[in-house]
Amino acid sequence: MEQNEVMGKVVDILRPFVKNPSALTGISMDTSILKDLKVNSARLVDIVLEIEDAFGIAVTDEAADQVKTVGDAVSLILKTKA
Amino acid sequence: MTTSERVVVTGLGVLAPNAHGLQAFAGALREGKSGIRFHQHLADVNFGCQVGGIPEGVEALQKQYLTDEELLAMNPNMIYAAIAAIDAYADAGLKRLPADADEVDWDTGAIIGTGIGGIDTIAEKLAPKTDQGKVNRLGSTMVEQIMSSGNSARVAGLLGLGNQVTTNSSACNTGTEAVVDAFFRIREGRAKRMLAGGSEGHSKYIWAGFDAMKVLNRTRNATPAEASRPMSGSAAGFVPGSGAGVLMLESLSSARARGARIYAEILGGYVNCGGHRMGGSMTAPNPTSVQRCIQGAVAMAGIKPEQIGAINGHLTATFADPHEVANWQKALGLAPEKMPLIHSTKSLIGHALGAAGGIECVTSVLELQHGFVHGSINCEDLHPQLTAFASRIPHRTVDVPDLKIIAKASFGFGDVNGCVIFQKF
Repeated sequence: MEQNEVMGKVVDILRPFVKNPSALTGISMDTSILKDLKVNSARLVDIVLEIEDAFGIAVTDEAADQVKTVGDAVSLILKTKA
Repeated sequence: MTTSERVVVTGLGVLAPNAHGLQAFAGALREGKSGIRFHQHLADVNFGCQVGGIPEGVEALQKQYLTDEELLAMNPNMIYAAIAAIDAYADAGLKRLPADADEVDWDTGAIIGTGIGGIDTIAEKLAPKTDQGKVNRLGSTMVEQIMSSGNSARVAGLLGLGNQVTTNSSACNTGTEAVVDAFFRIREGRAKRMLAGGSEGHSKYIWAGFDAMKVLNRTRNATPAEASRPMSGSAAGFVPGSGAGVLMLESLSSARARGARIYAEILGGYVNCGGHRMGGSMTAPNPTSVQRCIQGAVAMAGIKPEQIGAINGHLTATFADPHEVANWQKALGLAPEKMPLIHSTKSLIGHALGAAGGIECVTSVLELQHGFVHGSINCEDLHPQLTAFASRIPHRTVDVPDLKIIAKASFGFGDVNGCVIFQKF
């Protein structure tokens, strides 16, 4: 699966959790999930569950804790699926 | 600290089974519009009572009030509370702070109660996943939906409230108790404004226990609008309801300082418990405690019973209705024909449990504002023990232009009571 395709899916997963929708316009791999998109930190748990379901992977708690940016999520997915 | 602030009502919000919003709700009350419908989901699981009161059109309505992100973690109880509270805040002329504002409304709090709370979330999501060993699949939104204070906590975030924010619970007395508690907080000078009332979701899980107790009406499933029959000789149990009613209570000095529109003043409030003695139990009221509650509110209001124009009773359509009316009469010391007009909002919307007191306090204030007392439907066959009161129980809405004072009371499981005296301002 290509990086762009994964990123598109990640953005779709993030969308309902985003409190600052305008930040979705210029979203990039460097976009911070908490600081830029203003996602409530508690909701990271739900986002990881949705990523697991969407990509058919299992994400460890330790790996989930390292996800700060959109790029972190995309990289984690690509690495886990590889 | 001032200890005797006068307390007024400056805002109202209501989401009821028969209407949403003040204009529509006042119209529904006037018209005697029933919000009781047949619900297939109750029939599917063999409820004896297959009718209930559920606010309609909420799926579309909620998107006007709440973002997708907020709705991810809200059950119907919380959604109903939020819609009514946002409406009451706006109706009071207050502007909602933006979510990213660097300020808080320190002068406003909320006491929004619920009787049962998020048991639907527990039953539909938390319990099955937990029992399946899938705790790690529950996600982050369980606690805020099942904690008893979930409804008021969400409202605090939506409006940026900075005073006391809590959820009370006293069964069917909840909404009225919230109004009394908020009244005292403002009276003591601890808050300028308090949102007060109650909310309750709708769910087979919320209502099943009542159906099992045989306290719901199972005789009118084919004619839902006739199912809620307070004060009727053929009353056979209450009809479950849901929704929310929230009032903005405010100190008179604060309301005047900001030029707010004032609907009514709260002259007195009282809550107590019958101690499950002297005829009271977990499920039945101690008559003496009911009378003490009403008398306590009237005494605090400093009024004579003759000044009360109408009683918005608890009056659910169980065996207790004639006893309740007898308690009102003994408490007020008036001859039956001299009693205030007696009516039951539950005849139109069912018994909304923890939301009932909130919705019915909103009803009372609207009636004072517009000068009417709505009719109690479905009691043309008045209970034989109420015959002496027949002239005081309107079946259709009556205009009462000089209506000045309404007494609203609620009585709940646990032998708990609450009474509020509203006066038109």
